[in-house]
Amino acid sequence: MDLDSALWPKGVQRCTFPKFMIGITVVSVVLVWGVYAALLCWFKGLNQTNMNDYYGFALWIWADLAVIALGGGAFFTGFLRYLVKKDELKHIINYAVLIGFICYSSAQLILGIDVGQPLRGWFIFWHANVHSMLTEVAFCLSCYFVVLCIEYIPLILENRQLDKVPFFHHLGHNMHGIMAIFAATGAFLSCFHQGSLGGVSGVLFGRPFGFREGVFIWPWTFFLFTWSAAACGPCFTILVTKLTEAISKKQLVKPNVVDLLAKISGWMLFTYIIAKTVDTWYWAFVTVPSKGFNWAFFYSNNDFYGTWILWLEIVICGYIPALLLITKKTRQTNSTLWIAIILASIGVCVNRWALVLQVMAPPVMPFDTWALYIPSWQEVATTILPVAYGVMLIMISFRYLPIFPQERELNPITN
Amino acid sequence: MFPFSFEWAWDMSHIVFMGGLWYALSIIGAGLTYCIIKAAVDTLKGDAGTGDHH
Repeated sequence: MDLDSALWPKGVQRCTFPKFMIGITVVSVVLVWGVYAALLCWFKGLNQTNMNDYYGFALWIWADLAVIALGGGAFFTGFLRYLVKKDELKHIINYAVLIGFICYSSAQLILGIDVGQPLRGWFIFWHANVHSMLTEVAFCLSCYFVVLCIEYIPLILENRQLDKVPFFHHLGHNMHGIMAIFAATGAFLSCFHQGSLGGVSGVLFGRPFGFREGVFIWPWTFFLFTWSAAACGPCFTILVTKLTEAISKKQLVKPNVVDLLAKISGWMLFTYIIAKTVDTWYWAFVTVPSKGFNWAFFYSNNDFYGTWILWLEIVICGYIPALLLITKKTRQTNSTLWIAIILASIGVCVNRWALVLQVMAPPVMPFDTWALYIPSWQEVATTILPVAYGVMLIMISFRYLPIFPQERELNPITN
Repeated sequence: MFPFSFEWAWDMSHIVFMGGLWYALSIIGAGLTYCIIKAAVDTLKGDAGTGDHH
């Protein structure tokens, strides 16, 4: 047994080390491109971006909100596994945690570039503005990232060689033992930061496109963001699982596990999209007229934002995947399951795009015009950077950590 | 921010926001401390540490 294979999980087969390193090298090229762009932003400043007075929130914040929503599979699967006691999900929870860890660390990385001076990142904790939704986001996001680290560490400690060290073995075992407490804390933190991200656009009374009424201090977008993350996050977990299965050419999770998660996601998505439809209708015919606008104003007289975005978000990437997932036959058919999870993942990204960037675009003053925005290559590169980082972390984790408990049973080594 | 910081004010916003942060950090910190201490104790007891986690 060579040094590399001695680190693999017991009873599984992996590709050869040179093949693995070729994959890592290819991803590294993209990673280096992103790091170069990030360094440009840090050393030369935010003039490297196409952000301006209209677009203080731009591609980075959209990417941030999108990865946080897609990473919602970690908190919701953890909630289902540890608090609702859906025991079957223990076979996919490790991967959900890994994907969540990647998504949230990516979000922190993007924010680290976006703030311009990351050395002052601690200001938000020490000089907190306690009336800001974003302060709550920063608190909950940071704390939840710590929770995700705590959930990921036992996985690392389960590495075949690390597990031989008694202290690491006991530490991993003890962390598993009280994981329900961490999962409950994570679910609590996630509900609030997902919600507050939605709340940010909802409280913008000077921006009628985003403004919503609500309950007490929370606009309806607060609840819709949490709901959509809980619905679409698990879809993204299934999507990445399916992609990993396709690339590794082996089944990693039994169909009943995927089916359960897809079914729950489907019902979450179905109920969410009904709520979103009601919210949109109320916004169009009550909220917007009360601010002196007609809803069609926000979808006309510009080169990009038309009603197509509503159709895309609510019908094509909302109702269609929801119906595919709640229908047993289509949920259990591979092709329609693929379509549903891809559409659901795109749908939540479109929703975040609308509530981050479309909010900034329409004119709200008599002297304003539509403000459209095209990101600079530095913004694009730094947004792709976390994708490369995520692919790399998945490659390393899949190779050396027992991410999929059912892999050995589903892929017995015959020779 | 702590109550002894000059920016602190004893109002509901500060208590809820900062209280929530400390509460979450306390749970995380206490849970992690418990795991580390118990792992050290278990290791010192001489358990070989074999077998599955689940």
